[in-house]
Amino acid sequence: MGNTSSMLTQYDIEDVQEHCNGLFTQREIVSLYERFCQLDRNGKGFISADEFLSVPEFAVNPLSQRMLRMLDGLNFKDFVALLSVFSAKASFSHKLEFIFKLYDADGDGEVTRNDVLEVLQDLSGPFLSVEERQQVVNRAFEESGYSTGNTLTIEDFLKLWDKTGLKMEVEVPVD
Amino acid sequence: MDWRASSSLGNKPSTSGRDDAFLLEPSPSEIDLYRLGAEELATKVSTAGNKRVLLHELLDISPFLNEAASAIVDDSFTRCFKSNPPEPWNWNLYLLPLWCLGVLVRYLVLFPIRVILLAAGWIVFLALFIPVHSILRGHDQLRKMLERGLVEFICGVFVASWTGVVKYHGPRPSRRPKQVFVANHTSMIDFIILEQMTAFAVIMQKHPGWVGLLQTTILESLGCIWFNRTEVKDREVVTKKIKQHIEDPETNPLLIFPEGTCVNNDYTVMFKKGAFELGCTVCPIAIKYNKIFVDAFWNSKKQSFTMHLVQLMCSWAVVCDVWYMEPQTLQPTETPIEFAERVRDMIAKSAGIKKVAWDGYLKYYRPSPKLTEKRQQKFAESLLPHLGEKKDI
Repeated sequence: MGNTSSMLTQYDIEDVQEHCNGLFTQREIVSLYERFCQLDRNGKGFISADEFLSVPEFAVNPLSQRMLRMLDGLNFKDFVALLSVFSAKASFSHKLEFIFKLYDADGDGEVTRNDVLEVLQDLSGPFLSVEERQQVVNRAFEESGYSTGNTLTIEDFLKLWDKTGLKMEVEVPVD
Repeated sequence: MDWRASSSLGNKPSTSGRDDAFLLEPSPSEIDLYRLGAEELATKVSTAGNKRVLLHELLDISPFLNEAASAIVDDSFTRCFKSNPPEPWNWNLYLLPLWCLGVLVRYLVLFPIRVILLAAGWIVFLALFIPVHSILRGHDQLRKMLERGLVEFICGVFVASWTGVVKYHGPRPSRRPKQVFVANHTSMIDFIILEQMTAFAVIMQKHPGWVGLLQTTILESLGCIWFNRTEVKDREVVTKKIKQHIEDPETNPLLIFPEGTCVNNDYTVMFKKGAFELGCTVCPIAIKYNKIFVDAFWNSKKQSFTMHLVQLMCSWAVVCDVWYMEPQTLQPTETPIEFAERVRDMIAKSAGIKKVAWDGYLKYYRPSPKLTEKRQQKFAESLLPHLGEKKDI
């Protein structure tokens, strides 16, 4: 697939750039397109879950299934828009919203204890028992002043991250 | 450009049947690689945790997300199998006609000549091989010697059909028992290029089609050993056959490609330790193709072998260097895996290619869940201090 960039016109690149709010440069978008075409083996226009999982580094990530829910079936424009949260230029709140969305599986704007438990299960696998997981989550919620039944909203997330800031970025290789 | 995906989200293409059934056992060095990665991750998660609120620590999954996104954007495994075409140089008014002329010469002049040459070579070969094989059935010594010579001849014809310019460095392989030859693998033509100099017996995956036919008839006479990637018990069977082969001084020297798959000649993937725990000397061979003339990487998922050969025959030349290096033995302080890595170092250095710590079979299989579990274990361990104490609120 040597001439992938010739399939992407200047209009296309600008279109994609606008769609991701200018968070990627044009060269990065061309680079991402080559990558997209490399992963999308039969040129269907989207990358299937199976094709993502053929990248071993991705497949061994404990959050791969969760991320696949957001990545599966995206066309190139939306693929770039999704990955734009990892650009160095993306705002702190944009990145935090991404983490929030990953937790909030049903998309109702609230992260319940159950949501946190489920992600914790993905992250810790068979190495914490159900009781241990519940203990950690309950302890965490209580320590921060959320009694039973409280759910977390994006404002709660913002409050928690107030002092520390967020290092969530990835560099797109550009030749 | 229409960005809409060509099929709806609901219809996912069916995956090939073998994917879920076969999970790859990680080699100990791969586990090491992941342990290091997981430890790094755990320190990121836990050192900040001392000052941080537990809920924050729990919710901050950014290290994992960074890794996932980083893998999506670029990963060292897929890089090994990327065909890198050379930069187009025919982009201006003067060079374009020159390039067009070149295309005409290559396809209309060189290609037909080469096809004729190849066909003629095959006719001569078959005319000699078939009689030798059937008539001299009783006289094994003589028959094998002639067959070896003939195979070297036909490989020479193949190489000539691509205008192969091969520079061999180092002493030619000798015929001795208790030795194996290992080389990096870019395409099946590696075998042909090495074979024209010395008639090796090689370990190969059985292929379908005319290649398979050649394998079962001609290559069988050289003493080649077949393996099957998709058979789980295959390794033991193959190891036994290899051991038998190298004990016998009458057999041809054995050539093994420890990567187990074709890699794009810019990288090497991990060597399988099978060739290195046989208790015999290992003679490394490095092969490096010059990409200016043609990219010799055979991407078996994209091209059939026939198309690959046609592509080579339509290029100007196949230029490569072959280095035969000093025989190596297992040192008393090394494990077979370390031995394999040491030899891989030698080959990578000689050929000027980079090393990557991945198992080549990940092309066909998913990584073992054990690798994910390593990370999960580290994360769980970082949370354990928060479980033990009972706080009085």
